[in-house]
Formats: sequence, C-alpha cells, structure tokens
Amino acid sequence: MMPYVATALFAAPLPLAFINWHSFFFFLFAAVACGFAVAVVAADNVVRMAFYLVLSLGATAGLFFLAGAEFVGAMQLMIYVGGTLVLLVFGVMLTAQAPFVSIKGSGRDRVVAGVVGVVLLAVLLQAALSVTAWKQPAAGIVAEPAATPIGMALVGVRVDEPGVGAPAQNVRPGYVLPFEIVSIHLLVVLVGAAYLARAKRRKTPRAIEVAASVEPPASVAEHAAIGRDRSRGASVLSGGR
Amino acid sequence: MADFLITTLELPAWLAWSITAMVAAVLILNVIAGGALAFIWAERKIAGRIQDRLGPTRTGGKFGWLQSLADGIKLLAKEDLMPDGADGMLFRIAPYVSFCASFCAFIAFPFAFDFIGQRLNVGVFFVIAVLGLEVFGVILAGYASASKWSLFGAMREAAQVVSYEVPLGMCVVVPVMLAGSMDLVTIAEKQGGWFTSWFLFHDPFTFVVFWIYVTCAIASVNRAPFDLAEAESELVAGFHTEYSGLRWSYFFMAEYGSMFLVSALAAILFMGGWNGPVPVASILGLSEGTSDTANYFVRLLGMVNLLGKATLGVLVMMWIRWTLPRLRIDQVMATCLKYCTPLAAAMFLGAMLWQIALPGGLVPGLRRPAAEIREGWLPGPGGAAQSVGEDAGTVVKVAA
Repeated sequence: MMPYVATALFAAPLPLAFINWHSFFFFLFAAVACGFAVAVVAADNVVRMAFYLVLSLGATAGLFFLAGAEFVGAMQLMIYVGGTLVLLVFGVMLTAQAPFVSIKGSGRDRVVAGVVGVVLLAVLLQAALSVTAWKQPAAGIVAEPAATPIGMALVGVRVDEPGVGAPAQNVRPGYVLPFEIVSIHLLVVLVGAAYLARAKRRKTPRAIEVAASVEPPASVAEHAAIGRDRSRGASVLSGGR
Repeated sequence: MADFLITTLELPAWLAWSITAMVAAVLILNVIAGGALAFIWAERKIAGRIQDRLGPTRTGGKFGWLQSLADGIKLLAKEDLMPDGADGMLFRIAPYVSFCASFCAFIAFPFAFDFIGQRLNVGVFFVIAVLGLEVFGVILAGYASASKWSLFGAMREAAQVVSYEVPLGMCVVVPVMLAGSMDLVTIAEKQGGWFTSWFLFHDPFTFVVFWIYVTCAIASVNRAPFDLAEAESELVAGFHTEYSGLRWSYFFMAEYGSMFLVSALAAILFMGGWNGPVPVASILGLSEGTSDTANYFVRLLGMVNLLGKATLGVLVMMWIRWTLPRLRIDQVMATCLKYCTPLAAAMFLGAMLWQIALPGGLVPGLRRPAAEIREGWLPGPGGAAQSVGEDAGTVVKVAA
C-alpha cells in the first residue's frame, strides 16, 4: 500500500527532485564563504570582522566536509576558527583603547587593496582554469579518506603504498623529516615567544625602593619592622616570586 | 534509514535523505533541549540537598518536577533587553553561536553502533574542534554587551578555554592511540565485552588520564570550580550579565548540551561507550547480526547504557560544582599549565611505553583488543599492509 501512495504522491515531476544536491550545497557553502569574506573587508569593526571571518572559514570547512576531506575540515575548524580567531579577538579585547575599535581605511587604501585583490584573483582564476584535469568532474576517483595513512606517514610508515618506507627496505620513511622540521620550527617559535613575553623582573621590587628612598611614615616603618629587619625582608621579596 | 525509505517506500532519494536528516536533527535537538530541562531540575534538587535545603518542591505536584517547564515559560515571557551601548548584531547573534557549536558537535556523535547523525572517521577530532567553537559565542557576548563585567568574564573564558584545550587534546589522544582510530564508533567497539576491556582499566596510565580528562572537561565547559567566566561574587554574572529571557536560556542550553557531550565523550573514550560493564545482550544470546529485531534491541540497550553513563557524568559534575569552591584565575591557569599538561604528556608517554613493554597486558587471559589492531599496521614481510585497508577503511582506490 505505502509504496503506491508514495509513488502516486511523488510521481509528478517535482522541481526539487532534479536539483543536484551536492552542487547545491557546494554553491551554498561557497557563497557563504565568499560573501562573508567580502564582509570582512567591508566591515570596520575588528570584532565584527573576526565574526565574519569565522563564518567564512566555517563555510570553507563545510566545503572540505562536502568533498569528503573530514580531517582537513576538522583541522580548519580547530586551528583557524577555534584557535587563531579566538586568540585574535582575545588580543583585540586586551589591547583595545575604546569600547568598540573601528578601523576605517582611507579611500586610497581601498583603491590599492582593490587593485591588488583583483590582480591576485585574475592570476588564480587563470591558473585554475588552465588545468584541464579540473574541468570535468572527478567521477573516476573513489576515495575513502581516513586519517590513519596521514598519521602513519608522519611517523614514517607509508601504509598507503605497501613496500615503501618499511624500516629495513627503504631509507625514505614517509614524512618524518618535514614533520620534524616543522616541529622544531614551532618549538623555536614557542621558546622565543615565551622569552619575549616573560615578565622582566627587577632586582628589587619597586615598593622596597620607594621605602628606601623616602623616609617612611612612622606607622609604615613599624609595620615593616615587625619580626624581621629591612634587608632580610628585601632579600626574601626579591628572591621569591 | 534513507536506504529503507528509498527501497521499501520507494520515495525519491532527495526526499528520503531530507527526511533522514530531519529526523536526526530533531532527535539531537531534543537531546539538548530535553536534556537541559531535566538537568536543570536535577541540578536544583542536587544543589538543594547538598546545601541542606529542599530545592523545587511544588510545581507539578511531587518533587517540583515541572519546575524547568515553568522556568521556560517565564523565560519566554520575559522582555528581551539590550544595553544602549551594545553592538546590536553581535549581541543578538552570540547565544546562537554558542548553541550551534554545542548542537553541531552532536552531529558526529554516536549514541549506539548505528545511532549516529553522520559517521566521520575523525569523529573525536571533529567533536573536540566544534566544541571549542562554543567559546566564541561567549567571547562575542562578553564583548558586544559593552559592560565591563561581561568583558572580564569573556576574557577569562577565552584564556581558560584556550589553555585547557591543550591537556584535553592530549588526554583524548591516549584512547585514540589505543584504539588505532579517531572514529568514535570504532573506539567504542574496541572496548566491547566485560568492563575489564574498557580503556579506563587498560593500564594505570589510562586510569590517570581519565581523571585529567575529567578535570579538563569540567574546565572546558566552564563549570564550577572553573566557572570564572560567571563568577557571580565578583562579576555579577560574567559574560551573560546583560542577557535576559530566551537569549539567556540559549547560553544555558549550550552549557548543559556541552556538559552532556563531554560526559558522553568520556563514556565513549574511557568507559566502553555503549558496551555495558557486563555484556548482558551477548549473555542473553542477542548479538549483532542475528536478526534485525535483535540488532535494534542491542542498539537500544547500548543507547540506554551510553545515556546512563553520560547522565552519571553530568550528575558528578553537579556534585563537584556544589561541593568545591571556585578557584582564582591564577589557580585555574596553574592547574592547567603546571599540573594537567605535564601530567597528560607523561601519561601519554607512559601509556605508549606500556603498550610496547606489555602488549598482552598484565593478566594474560584478558582480551586486549587494542593490540590486535595494531599488528596489521606495520608492513611486515608478507606485505601485511592490506589489513590496514580492511580495518580502518583507508586505502584510496582508483576505479578503472
């Protein structure tokens, strides 16, 4: 019974049935990504820009998911949206002088930026359209993407290419070298950032200096003298945290 | 389900897929919204009992069980206020950002073997990544409110969540390493059988990692003793000081949704997921694949199991909240950077070395599913790399 009802209901050629839903979502995500990317440029409030950028990058992640590249999509969300942009907004909030920071470019800046942008877009479009392999849909490739081959290749085993990178047979073990170089680079950056950002401690805290240079009121001197003399107090303060 | 609709009811594919998507979306939405109603009531009762008072007693007859619904109606009827100096668009949109993040994380979350919105082979990673976006709504809310209290709350939240993501990620890596997959379904499947095969009891290091995960999870969903972003004794209500009515309640739905999510994630990563402590279904002779009804029953039982564990986790969070005092911001940071992160890193190394030293475990008779998978990884003399393709579905095939 049910199948016939369903067939009768939907036998009429509904326009919805003929939409290629994959393409539909592709264009939807692409439009959101591009639209909010333009909004980032057009907005003049930094936090709003960041918010538009979140939507734009989120839609880009959606494109990755649509293409079946789930790992890259999740990476996009984690690194750009969850990490970089949160830090960006955090930085804006820490450094903002006025309640709502406004950045307005002058007309000349906009013209220069527009010219650079259009030129870059033209180069990219020309490059993208000149690749013949991208012009027809990639129907021949059935990919079952997973993160395991990437992870194994990063530690030196090419599970996706049997025979390559087996410890004794081949001396080109996966992506270990680039991975290690990037890791060392990031480590250096982290150490450098920690060095630059660390609090520069003075030998003696300012309070002690002030107390030493100015004759303290009687009550303060009394307070400082309780239990220990001044030099010991100073050494304890500067030696501690 | 879509296949069933297409083959049995002969619906066109687009309609079948739309219906499937709608059903999944509505179910997930109800997990969050219905869960929030129940958990808010439970929280008030638990808070009452812990503080030696009654909690809600009257609404709906006994135990005040309709209290949340009454609160919901009150919130609906409240005026939607916005401060004069606020950034209107961001202020209005911030609660939805939080809620969407909490909701989206459930898309890839399995409630039982086949009860899942969309199975991703990087499920754990996706859930953690999306859950991290919730903080963005909080930051936007704090910033757009044009209120110093809100701004301070948002800044604390940003610092806290960004810091705690590091040890949380390290804790999550340990079960991923043991299971050899980032697929939540696979991770839970590897812990089938008796409770001894749960990753919690896999080795002493995973046991410690579980408690680090609990600490970081509580901090990352911004609950007491880590609720610095609200801190009502100093910041009035922190980031949601200026919110009222339904927008305010969206933040709370997101919070309870995330609480439930991190508890359920703990259940999947460490406590066997939908595999109960005792394999009741297989003792009764109901195993996967005997018949459709048996399959369905097993999965339903598994879902009850998982929801039970997750609810238990949420109740423990409430217990902690009403027992411990709030930490100071420097204590929160010290807990993360000086204790959780190094400890998680050391436990990660320990779990790894344990796998190398004792691949069979201490007690020889117990099942060690984790060791079984990894044997297929290293390309051995017989070109054993094929088993990886079968196991994790990895190989990229180029069709002729």
